[in-house]
Amino acid sequence: MKPLVFTLCLLPLAWLGWAGMNDGLGANPIEFLIRTLGDWALRMLLVALAVTPMRQLTGWGWIGRLRRMLGLFAFAYALLHVAAWIGVDQFLDWGTIGREIAKRRYILVGMSAFVILIALASTSTNGMIRRLGGRRWRLLHKSVYAAGILASLHYLMMVKVDIRPPLGHIVILALLLGWRVIKALPAPTPSGRR
Amino acid sequence: MLIRRSSDIREFEVTDHGLYLGRRKLLALGAAALAAAVASKAAAAPLTGVIEGPFGTSEPLTSKIAATHYNNFTELGFHKDDPAENADRFPPLRPWTVEIGGECAKPGRIGIEDLIRPHALEERIYRMRCVETWSMVVPWIGVPLGDALRQFEPTSRAKFVEFTSVHAPNILPGQKTDLLPWPYVEALRIDEAMHPLTLLAVGLYGEDLPVQNGAPLRLVVPWKYGFKGAKSIVRIRFTETRPHTTWNDLQPDEYGFYANVNPAVDHVRWSQANERRIGEFRRRPTLPFNGYADQVAGLYAGQDLRRDF
Repeated sequence: MKPLVFTLCLLPLAWLGWAGMNDGLGANPIEFLIRTLGDWALRMLLVALAVTPMRQLTGWGWIGRLRRMLGLFAFAYALLHVAAWIGVDQFLDWGTIGREIAKRRYILVGMSAFVILIALASTSTNGMIRRLGGRRWRLLHKSVYAAGILASLHYLMMVKVDIRPPLGHIVILALLLGWRVIKALPAPTPSGRR
Repeated sequence: MLIRRSSDIREFEVTDHGLYLGRRKLLALGAAALAAAVASKAAAAPLTGVIEGPFGTSEPLTSKIAATHYNNFTELGFHKDDPAENADRFPPLRPWTVEIGGECAKPGRIGIEDLIRPHALEERIYRMRCVETWSMVVPWIGVPLGDALRQFEPTSRAKFVEFTSVHAPNILPGQKTDLLPWPYVEALRIDEAMHPLTLLAVGLYGEDLPVQNGAPLRLVVPWKYGFKGAKSIVRIRFTETRPHTTWNDLQPDEYGFYANVNPAVDHVRWSQANERRIGEFRRRPTLPFNGYADQVAGLYAGQDLRRDF
């Protein structure tokens, strides 16, 4: 199952590469590249956040083993998204990049999400879990919820007028986080599975 | 009443696209040819009798495919490729008439042919700068707006000119949403409207204006951000007070009424200091008034352009 999901996660990137080489990115290819990478970073993050609710709903334990890989894919797409902005759009103009991050709230919000993802990706190895200890590691990795909220907000804030697509992502995120809130509530009846 | 209701729009006759566009040929051949052209339903012909207009640039033209497939025309959708994709939803509506009203001696409804015909069609190669920091170089065809407007004899009370775009929610996908208040309205100060740079365009790349670029009649104001260029115009009104305009009403801190291209005044969410010319890799610096400062800076003498952005 893992190799299959791995391949699926690579498809958007493969498609971008293929389209890029075949003049398929439209009139403004750099903007298209950055937006598409950002879209997939957020989607992968939502898919990763869907793992636990899915496991709990279906009882399929094996889904849980995909979680790290999906989270790392979210990070990978976010990394490419940020790298494309810095490298191709701003062309390593660090002064402007710094000023833009400080000045534009939606970029600051997006960067905050990215910083969280860096922290999570760099502590995703078994070695790091051991070194941090399970409790601290779990606490740190709860910040993925903040990353999801910030990333969705970043998307919402950059949109000019048609906020329906970002709102769609926000609804899904709300369902995924809402599920966890409900699960965390003390079970009121004996039928509550625990 | 000027804005067509959805029930009226069906009464529009869909006639030959080249009717008004080939007007010079038609004039030459006379009424018999006109009747024949209406009957023949020929394919859109290239515009003929176009003279080279002033203010041209020698910069390389943006590819036609980019200029006709990367558009903001929210009536036809909210993504850049939507207008071209949905162009067939908005067939060339004939007769296309424009309601002229407000502070002028000769208001009334005028057919697009009569609005354009008295003037020579000019090709104007203009830089076009979008507020979203991309830009193009586009060969428009049209007539100076001022020339077209003078025949209505605006009065001394005419301080602004308001342009209203088509309203047809039954066929325009964007207008099925309430993301923008429809119809789209833009406006210029009278001196901006009468400035020789300001163009009433009916063509692009030697042919009639494609639907996605604002057919059949649009405004081109090259020293302002693209959203000032109202598309598919159905009404022009002279007013004494500053008209409400769509983007300015919606987000006044992001889209100013003047919207003059100005690298020194940032948009709230991004810098306007540079732009990506479509087809180029690196960003290039944005020029004050989009490079037309010599022609238009004088219009704003004494004005604080940081406030009046």
